[in-house]
Amino acid sequence: MSEIIQHWDKAFENKARLAIMSILMVTDWADFNRFKEQLDLTDGNLASHLSALEKVSYIEVRKSFIGKKPNTSYRVTATGKKAFKQHLQSLEKFLRNQG
Amino acid sequence: MNQQALEDLKEIRSIMDRSTRFISLSGISGVIAGVAALAGAAAAYWYFQEVIFNYESVDYWNQEAQYRFFLLDALAVLIVALSGGIFFTVRKAKSQGQKIWDSTSRRLLINLSIPLAVGGYFCAVLLYMGFIGFIAPVTLTFYGLALLNASKYTLDDIRYLAISELILGMVALWFIGYGLLFWSIGFGVLHIVYGLVMYFKYEK
Repeated sequence: MSEIIQHWDKAFENKARLAIMSILMVTDWADFNRFKEQLDLTDGNLASHLSALEKVSYIEVRKSFIGKKPNTSYRVTATGKKAFKQHLQSLEKFLRNQG
Repeated sequence: MNQQALEDLKEIRSIMDRSTRFISLSGISGVIAGVAALAGAAAAYWYFQEVIFNYESVDYWNQEAQYRFFLLDALAVLIVALSGGIFFTVRKAKSQGQKIWDSTSRRLLINLSIPLAVGGYFCAVLLYMGFIGFIAPVTLTFYGLALLNASKYTLDDIRYLAISELILGMVALWFIGYGLLFWSIGFGVLHIVYGLVMYFKYEK
């Protein structure tokens, strides 16, 4: 049990963060609106989860302009990919051990 | 904890699926495309009669009116099938709360169009060179490949339709001259069967 807990990533404790990472694992750059459409979160809530993931460098940020509107896109980093995969593995392992 | 882990895994899976696959393709649009194809084939049969099954009578085709009828017939089928497909897919997407024009539908269309465009080019050249008998097997084969390619970006079930079209295309290659018959099966019957299966599986 303690070994599983070791790999249990604190950054993914929150459902919204797990969802953000799931989207980024299967897409390249995704912008803010994409998450908003798919996850049904408020702007502030979403922004705070995104910046939390950015802080642990699981995702990277790119700011650009579409016309005059600022547009922020996100992409999963190599570290983030590895962490997410590890988290998935520990979830699966945990379930297997439970029988 | 156990329940939580299971739920997390399920959610991850569903989110990943929703972000990669366009799942709003409507079964009814398949049925409409199939019926349109059968009607088009019936019109062609009515116009050309038995001649259309006779590969030897290719000379008959050299008359411009025949070509014109053939192209108009094909165009009419395409328009009915496309507009029916778009209408019912938009309707289904709306009821599922999925966006009709997002990264998943774009990816689906691009991956469908590339083999389809190559196939269209291939057939145009065959037609130009006068190899009319090969049009049916070639269209069925390229259509099957296009569907196979697109199946990664939509419901998995499309794969079965793709494989059926491919088998039909390969068989049709041995029966040059019976193109209309194979077309009716591939674009008519298979679409109707597949559309009904999808309708009862996902929309009922």
